[in-house]
Amino acid sequence: MVETQPALALPKSGFFSRNRETLLRTLIPVCVVICLVLLWQFIITVNSIPQYILPGPLAVANSLYNDWGTLAPALWVTTQITMQALALALIGGVGIAIFLVQSKWIETAFYPITVILQVTPIVAIAPLILIYAPTTQVALLICAFLVAFFPILSNMVQGLKSVDHNLLNLYDLYGASRWQTLLYLKLPSSLPYFMTGLRIGGGLALIAAVVAEFAAGSAGAGSGLAFRLLESQYRLNIPRLFAALVLLSLLGVVIFAITSFISWFFLHRWHESSLKREN
Amino acid sequence: MTTSQAPLMPAPGDTRRRPLVVMRGVSKMFSSGTLALSDMSLTVEGGEFVSLLGPSGCGKSTALRIIAGLGDVSTGTIDWPSSRINSKGLPEGDISFVFQEPTLMPWQTVFGNVYLPLKLRGVSKSAAREEIMTTLATVGLQDFADAYPRELSGGMKMRVSIARALVTKPKLLLMDEPFAALDEITRQKLNDDVLRLWRETGITVIFVTHSVFESAYLSNRIVVMKARPGRVHADFPLKTSMSRDSHYRTSEDYRQACEKVSNMLLEAIGGEEH
Repeated sequence: MVETQPALALPKSGFFSRNRETLLRTLIPVCVVICLVLLWQFIITVNSIPQYILPGPLAVANSLYNDWGTLAPALWVTTQITMQALALALIGGVGIAIFLVQSKWIETAFYPITVILQVTPIVAIAPLILIYAPTTQVALLICAFLVAFFPILSNMVQGLKSVDHNLLNLYDLYGASRWQTLLYLKLPSSLPYFMTGLRIGGGLALIAAVVAEFAAGSAGAGSGLAFRLLESQYRLNIPRLFAALVLLSLLGVVIFAITSFISWFFLHRWHESSLKREN
Repeated sequence: MTTSQAPLMPAPGDTRRRPLVVMRGVSKMFSSGTLALSDMSLTVEGGEFVSLLGPSGCGKSTALRIIAGLGDVSTGTIDWPSSRINSKGLPEGDISFVFQEPTLMPWQTVFGNVYLPLKLRGVSKSAAREEIMTTLATVGLQDFADAYPRELSGGMKMRVSIARALVTKPKLLLMDEPFAALDEITRQKLNDDVLRLWRETGITVIFVTHSVFESAYLSNRIVVMKARPGRVHADFPLKTSMSRDSHYRTSEDYRQACEKVSNMLLEAIGGEEH
């Protein structure tokens, strides 16, 4: 495997020479991961480490396949909670940010509250939320929302306040209404900030969904990957624990990829952060 | 060229001879306590090309912004004798402003940027298209309608900014050191463009600059200002029988104009401690 890959990357034709850097950028990390996995399997086999201490990649893959019936619904639940929390955080973060920047006094009055919400550890409020929320799922959703929404809010506030003053003057000059200024100037202008918030918030929503489920310790049909993780640990089913872990990382990677793509999609035409520097 | 010594009384009913904007005893105090402008009076007739010239801190940009309605006056009044006034005390759609930076929206194409003033008035994109393309053609950018600002050079961005200012067909164009950040060649080119547009459209221009040569080349009236506090030092017409083009740049007329303006500016600076 390692011998065949470099041959592919060699600039044989025009296509490969043009895309050589892109190709290497993909191949190198993939090769490193494959090597590490091979090394992992090798160490397990050579030292004959028992599965309940450290399962090999083969055992994990096996468990992924065999336990898919239990893991898939859990993955779906965690994905749902994360995505719903992120969606709510986007609406809430942007909405509250717009509300906060309407006047200096509104910001002075309400910003501290949002900070308090943010700095209080989510694990500490989770039991309380569990009491008030009608179902565990709702409680998890609230926890994940609270964590994900703050980076979106604070980035958005920063973005809405960083609008070019001359452009604001220009809008004033042409008699733009508050609504027009918000829609045509402030929102597009804060898009790069929003995208930063989205990427951070996406990652945090998943983390919060898992942490909150640990805290909630819910069980049964509607439980997510975090519960399956704990359950596997109690039952010393370490391969399945690893399988759940793999699924969580994959979910995280997918969220990261999607949010990065969204960011690229909206900014690549005009924003410096998405442009390649050429000197 | 009209030689408009300020206090010419207009014949009643003759809107052409009514001044476009009249500033009376305008002062501006910033919240920091700085007196940016002190008792400034200025009457601008329609069709004039007025340069506000002076050292930095003389309040020329402040004066321009006050005329544009950006920021209130501390004392004094501004009248628009020949315009319809809107609720904010500004002439309805008659002013445009070109800033020192191009001040374009980076997320909009050239077309979108020029469309902005019309969009804010509620004109639909299809209705505005022809007007926008015509305006872009007058600044030589008809082929760049779909380009984004980052793809343009500094001079081209400035042209977009000028096109945006002209698309509403304003009576008064306010320019705040618009070409100060550009290289000499681009600057001369854009000066010629502005002169051409001024001649073709009959628009009134108030042009803030700190360049003696630029003001002498462009304007038919120069207002020299003094700093600390900002006030008018001299206000005189610049007449020339020549058309202002590349020949004018090397002519004796232009040299004399530069000398006159330069002396006035030195007087204005000389009156204060350095």
